[in-house]
Amino acid sequence: MRNRYMASVIVMVAAVIFSAPAFAQNDRPQHPGASKVQKATAAPAPRHDISGTWEPAKGPGDGIQAYGVSAMPNDGKPEHQLPYTPYGLETYKSHKPLIGSNEVLPTLYNDPRDTCEPLGFPRANFYNLRETQIMQDQYKVAILYEYGEAWRVIWTDGRELPKLVEGGVLVGKEIREPRFYGYSVGKWVDDDTLVVQTVGMMPEDKVWLDGTGRPISDEVRVEERFHRVNHDRMELTVTIDDPKMYTKPWLAMNKFAFRLQDPHKDVTEMYCSPSEMEKYNKLFGNPASEDANKPHGQ
Amino acid sequence: MRKSAIRVFAVAAGLLSGSLPLFAHHGTAVLDTSKTLTMKGTVTEWDWSNPHCLLQFDIKNEGGQVVHWIAETQNPAEMVSLGWGKASFKPGDEVTVTLMPVKNGHPYGRIKLVVLPDGKTLVTIKEGLTPKAPGESSGGSKSDDYPKQ
Repeated sequence: MRNRYMASVIVMVAAVIFSAPAFAQNDRPQHPGASKVQKATAAPAPRHDISGTWEPAKGPGDGIQAYGVSAMPNDGKPEHQLPYTPYGLETYKSHKPLIGSNEVLPTLYNDPRDTCEPLGFPRANFYNLRETQIMQDQYKVAILYEYGEAWRVIWTDGRELPKLVEGGVLVGKEIREPRFYGYSVGKWVDDDTLVVQTVGMMPEDKVWLDGTGRPISDEVRVEERFHRVNHDRMELTVTIDDPKMYTKPWLAMNKFAFRLQDPHKDVTEMYCSPSEMEKYNKLFGNPASEDANKPHGQ
Repeated sequence: MRKSAIRVFAVAAGLLSGSLPLFAHHGTAVLDTSKTLTMKGTVTEWDWSNPHCLLQFDIKNEGGQVVHWIAETQNPAEMVSLGWGKASFKPGDEVTVTLMPVKNGHPYGRIKLVVLPDGKTLVTIKEGLTPKAPGESSGGSKSDDYPKQ
């Protein structure tokens, strides 16, 4: 009995330790063409083309960024402290995140994500950045994010970046409203690099920068550099310039690597459903949080 | 026998803690990350939904009383990558669940692995699919690397 019991525990532990190769064979079904994509050896990047289905090169888990933006994780280390303005710090402290170094219990959060508000931009790059589909034509590039089934358009037709004005952005002579995913304009700076500027996002009471509660405002200007290193690999670098929240521009994502996926890959749905969130909190989040900060038995 | 069992669980917990999963939706504030429990139970419901799937099952405690447990996994998209599916469980399945319990002592926890009736093991941790704490090496980390509660 004893030996059988111990053996079963050891088998379970071994299953976890050696699970990676076993499950690698059980990954999502791959189209026969997938192997060609995966095994191609660094073919050159096509000119002015970042289209395709892209996944974080180290696996989907790398894009979750559970500790906040990948280049500046919110881990309490001095070198990762952001250059907050006084208002930025005040706003950050008012946020109650469920992840990161200042995480709170699931009953105490105030993350707009948890009431199924849109993540918005640039948070779409900084939270659950998973399978990312990019489609483009001669006028624009469209990015389809897996999380939240969200998409945005980057215009590459030569138009100017809208100017930030009181109440929104100036597009031509028209003042347009702030948007969750802003207004984006891209320019190819060389054969393989698309530089995108984005303005006109929602104010700080609507959106966060990342899952750890770092703030962002409607005055932010975001620069993205999509650099296609070769046919199968792309890197994304993102700079945040938000004078309302931060005293200087800073690098939030530094050459974050993606690998090209099989073009036939069917991306899994990933959404926030208010009814499912309510059920989860009722069944698990609330009872699991009850008295969690008290020593057991008190 | 009892001491041996505890020792084996301690070894199991130590090995498993090296790959403590971080979830995207919430962290570990509710969890007792120092503990790992393994228990046999009967599935009553498998809820395939966001932000986390929930496995509900009944176990019998030492006094023979039925205790209803609810344990979470990650979200469906993550679980598909890990080989789980909406049809992974059905009510009545006899399963062995290894989980990290919550701090408050109530029967809730975060699943690390489940052994199915046919012996197949489903895990919630996989290199490259499970997010890591900053600075964590690909070979896993000590539990001290995780944020303090």
